[in-house]
Amino acid sequence: MNTEKLKQIFVECLGIEESQITDELTYNAIPEWDSVAHMALVAEIDDQFDIMLDTEDVLELSSFAKAKEILAKYDIKF
Amino acid sequence: MLLKDKTVLITGASKGIGKATSLLFAKEGAHLILNGRDEEALLKLQSEIEYMYGTKPIVMTYDVGDLTQIKKAFQLIKKECNSIDVLINNAGILNDALLGMVGERQMSETFSINLSAIIYHMQYASRLMTRQKSGSIINVSSIIGRFGNVGQTVYGASKAGVIGATMSAAKELAPYNIRVNAVAPGFIKTDMVKQLPEEKYEERMASIKMMRIGEPEEVANVLLFLASDMSSYVTGQVIGVDGGMII
Repeated sequence: MNTEKLKQIFVECLGIEESQITDELTYNAIPEWDSVAHMALVAEIDDQFDIMLDTEDVLELSSFAKAKEILAKYDIKF
Repeated sequence: MLLKDKTVLITGASKGIGKATSLLFAKEGAHLILNGRDEEALLKLQSEIEYMYGTKPIVMTYDVGDLTQIKKAFQLIKKECNSIDVLINNAGILNDALLGMVGERQMSETFSINLSAIIYHMQYASRLMTRQKSGSIINVSSIIGRFGNVGQTVYGASKAGVIGATMSAAKELAPYNIRVNAVAPGFIKTDMVKQLPEEKYEERMASIKMMRIGEPEEVANVLLFLASDMSSYVTGQVIGVDGGMII
């Protein structure tokens, strides 16, 4: 359920198709995931999961797989 | 009331400009979060505000130079208040030294508190403000950051840095309707001034065209303007509050 929720956040913030989202989807690898989109992504993750990501985590959130790994630290299960 | 139901974090709130701003903002209906290192002074101010205006500010005692504590503070703000409307980056220190006597410790401490802390607070506050697409951040710089002064190379550099950070953040955050401005106080009646020898005090007074020292409340009034919707189209500005002081 949380994987689907996270996918929808990526779809909305990056403006891409759900089919494009795989664990290998990486920051800056597609033009849609630039630094501005990244901050929008972080804001939406904060909002949707009711957390406040640490800045170190914001910097390390470099792929869809990494996003799940980071969110797990905030007790969000995938 | 200009700040009715607005959530406002004020750093360095226990005395001087921070205290005057806290009292004025409470009067204008703000929900305050007061930061400082002197818990006793903050609790006293909390009681004073509760007695005078019937609203109890949240007290957050932490060192703005400690990033871990800043993170914890914002996590708590998100939990308790959900968001933040106004950030007043006021906390600062003043350590004068002639250039040849500037030490590494003095330099790192001054930059940590006067500049890095402001940037970290803007970083976390803007994360909360971006979600609501509104906010006002005001950084307290200094006339020394604009024009410099003998014995204040480090302090002046830190306060000039505040202006650069303000202007850059203003450009970056404008699309989210978050305004970022700075005030540059001149000679204001605070504890920092009390450290000055009498000769220096007189010298400073002679350089002020209005021929008097400024009151913390006069800086607070400008902060109120910048915090409120009265300045809804003002961003990236540095407003001097110095009575025409020339350095």
